[in-house]
Amino acid sequence: MTMLQTPARRRRAGTGAPPPRTRNWPGSASGVAGRVLALGLILGIAVWAAVPLVSSGAWTGVAITAVATGIALYAYLSPRRLPAKYLLPTTFLLVAFQVFPVLYTMSLALTNIGDGHLGSKQEAITAIETSSVRREAGSAEFRLTVAERDGALVFLLADPATRATYAGTPDGLRPLDGAVPGPGGRIAAADGYTVLTGAQAAARSAEITALTVPVDGGAIRSQGLTRAYQGKAVLAYDAGCDCVTGEGRIWRSDETQGRFVAADGHALPQGWQVGVGLANLTAALTNPKINAHFAGVFAWNLVYAVGVVVLTAALGVAAALVLHHRRMRGVRAYRTLIVLPYAMPAFAMLLVWRDMFNTDFGLINRLLGLHTDWLGTPLTARLSVLLVQLWLGFPYMFLVATGALQTIPDEYLEAAEVDGASPWQRFRQVTLPLLLLALAPLLVSSFAFNFNNFNGVFLVTSGGPFPSDNPTVGATDLLITYTFRLAFGQQGAEYGLAAAMSIYVYLIVAVISIIGFRRTRAFKEVT
Amino acid sequence: MRTIFRAPALGLAACLALTACGGGTPADTPAAQAPTTAPAEDAATATLTIWADQKRSETLKPFAEAFAKENGIKAEVVAVAQNQQQTFVTASQAGKGPDVLVGAHDWIGNLVQNGLIDPIQLTEDQLSGYVDVARKAVTYDGQVYGIPYAVENLALFRNTDLAPKAPQTFDELVETGKKLKEAGRVEEILGYTISQQDGQSGDTYHMYPLYTSGGGYLFGTKPNGDPDPADLGVGTPESIAAFEKVAALGEKGAGALKRSFTSDNSAALFADGKTAFLVAGPWRLADVRTAGVKYDVTPVPPFKGGDPARSFVGVQAFFVASKGQNKALAQEFVTNTLATPEVAQALFDAEPRMPALKTALAYAAGKDPDVAKFEAAAADGVPLPAIPQMVAVWGPFNTLIHAVVKGEPVAPAVKAAGKAIAEQLGQTG
Repeated sequence: MTMLQTPARRRRAGTGAPPPRTRNWPGSASGVAGRVLALGLILGIAVWAAVPLVSSGAWTGVAITAVATGIALYAYLSPRRLPAKYLLPTTFLLVAFQVFPVLYTMSLALTNIGDGHLGSKQEAITAIETSSVRREAGSAEFRLTVAERDGALVFLLADPATRATYAGTPDGLRPLDGAVPGPGGRIAAADGYTVLTGAQAAARSAEITALTVPVDGGAIRSQGLTRAYQGKAVLAYDAGCDCVTGEGRIWRSDETQGRFVAADGHALPQGWQVGVGLANLTAALTNPKINAHFAGVFAWNLVYAVGVVVLTAALGVAAALVLHHRRMRGVRAYRTLIVLPYAMPAFAMLLVWRDMFNTDFGLINRLLGLHTDWLGTPLTARLSVLLVQLWLGFPYMFLVATGALQTIPDEYLEAAEVDGASPWQRFRQVTLPLLLLALAPLLVSSFAFNFNNFNGVFLVTSGGPFPSDNPTVGATDLLITYTFRLAFGQQGAEYGLAAAMSIYVYLIVAVISIIGFRRTRAFKEVT
Repeated sequence: MRTIFRAPALGLAACLALTACGGGTPADTPAAQAPTTAPAEDAATATLTIWADQKRSETLKPFAEAFAKENGIKAEVVAVAQNQQQTFVTASQAGKGPDVLVGAHDWIGNLVQNGLIDPIQLTEDQLSGYVDVARKAVTYDGQVYGIPYAVENLALFRNTDLAPKAPQTFDELVETGKKLKEAGRVEEILGYTISQQDGQSGDTYHMYPLYTSGGGYLFGTKPNGDPDPADLGVGTPESIAAFEKVAALGEKGAGALKRSFTSDNSAALFADGKTAFLVAGPWRLADVRTAGVKYDVTPVPPFKGGDPARSFVGVQAFFVASKGQNKALAQEFVTNTLATPEVAQALFDAEPRMPALKTALAYAAGKDPDVAKFEAAAADGVPLPAIPQMVAVWGPFNTLIHAVVKGEPVAPAVKAAGKAIAEQLGQTG
């Protein structure tokens, strides 16, 4: 940095004139090169992002890219607009990783998206019709050769039983004379038809799948590239009545449910995504199955989050204080040991802890000679998840507290000592308030994290133990693990409901965090 | 100034790319679904994509490459390590899924309701080449949705040094185990997976043989052979009676079944000679053989005077993706290449699972005597239900198993589980 600046300084010194405070870019050749490179990179990425978007006709995406690039160039092509240079990247990151996911979650909450309702109505209709095609029992299986005539696909069909040969087109089936038999009973060549090679057929795969040759009582369709069968689509969509008919029944389109429903209530499994308005959001409040256990789960969730924060902070601060003592020896070794749990992958550690709690084979019972069913009774299970999270979380608090302790001037404590304060008073009146000043915001964010600590509970207890008379809510369930089971444990995944629930969890955490941050400001006034 | 400027510019570039991608993905889908009418010259670019788990993908690679060469296309076998069904659903919906999927038959219900796999049309002759249970398993709503290649089910492993004679009933098994334990020759009466790996909820899959032998069932059967979600067997008097028998073997009963048993630790017990019996599937053969224990495999015995102990049969199969780009190729590959005995044999050689194709089964039985033993154990087996409603069963039933084995009152626990399942089925059904 200093070296780079020297030529410029020298030049200014040489001219003897005051440095021009103009709109000129300061900097050397390499600085300019760096800027050109960075701007080139922005443009390059914009083009790289835009090309596939344009080719797929995603004009919204193109517009977003263009606007984003424009704003970036506007900010960085001028030596001015310094605030924008700082704000832009953070704003972009905020939009990409915070605003967009939140808005997307909210938009999902207004739909019934989930298993059976993933795609559009058209996709559902295609799936219903395709899966209803049934092979005519006992009908011939044709040997298929895909050919073309004047660019149009033709199925050259050989019936291995009767040795009859046919040419099939969308217009129907005609007998074919003069076909040359080939290997596997298939037709190798026929006059007037060009047999497609494997590669040519592969390229027209979608056309081959779509081609149906109408015959009496059904149609001949391909099954791969070398076989064809006679079958019939049992169900068909009728745009006139917006319904699916077949097997003597009618399933009418129900746009509120996003599926085809018959008069007797039977619904076709393939549904589609529809807007359900606020139904998911109100379900969380009004559906007794969901809200019956809310209060209990919420209370334990609060205890868990507060408990983890208080315990980890207390242990972390205590460890930091001990190691901060002037006469402490081997501090470095202790610090390394204490930070160890923080350095290990939490995911793996949670699973190791879970196995250590096993009644018969777990390390804890074996070491202590106990036979405690740790994860099997509500109280011990709750203690266990708190203990695990304490072990995982206190090194972080220890690190922060160690740093904060070093910023507290010794003079304060010495002054207090001179004033005759006892060690406890010195800690209580001087060290702790100053520590909390640094720790308080982190305690709030730790609370928010632990309030939603899915892994910390799900990997250790899965929310259990469950009371035998109610298998839906367990003793260590947090709101997030409870809603996870609700949204994904029933008829497959219900993303819409899950999104609605996560909005509520988000609101709860947001409110508590805001209150928390307000309170931390109060700390400042005290000191 | 200089350094300040450069760093944000790079950050911006990065997030620009991210936002652009974020905005673009949903719009990709319609284009991907438009029928491709590419001219023949583009043939070389057609790529058949196959998704399989690690082991299968290695075995299938040479077959896929040979098929690609023959048809002048490219083939790519992708190993999907985890969460294969969910990954397939998400990717297919985004238009980025494979053409062929290798997976378990009990995915069929969910994949069909999402419109993601196509029926495969086979003649009666072709179908008769497969063992009955495999054929039944891949048939859903009267249609065949996959080509089965392997069958897995539970059986009883027995340490022949400790227990030379195969028990005829489960009661006899427990008696033998108890005597061995009292004599100090083993630590546990038997190894029986009660808990999921997390130790926190029961394992429905492993409990099913005892549950059915006690007279219980999960779902009734529809006329077309599919399980009938309207006829729920959990909460019925039969299911309570079945769980009473399980409770008698539980922690407050004979102490044969314990919640601390998971699939891993019960297999380890058997491999270390610390128990004479283990109820497990063919996936444990490798462990047991490595451990060098003298063993035999027989069907899981029923309760004395009870129904047969039915094991859930899991069938591994090949599926054709509805939203694949090369469906005709995928059908060709699945029905004419993957359905051959050569592929089934290669898969068996890679991992000893019972082949679903009869000719391959004969080959496997000739190579490995345990294959026939697992086949015998599958005789009373039923395919794992493929209907999407099964999702509603796992949670409550798993919890129920834990409650019963722990020694809680049986009847209220079974009724509560039945009620919870019924509620979940009713909510969207």
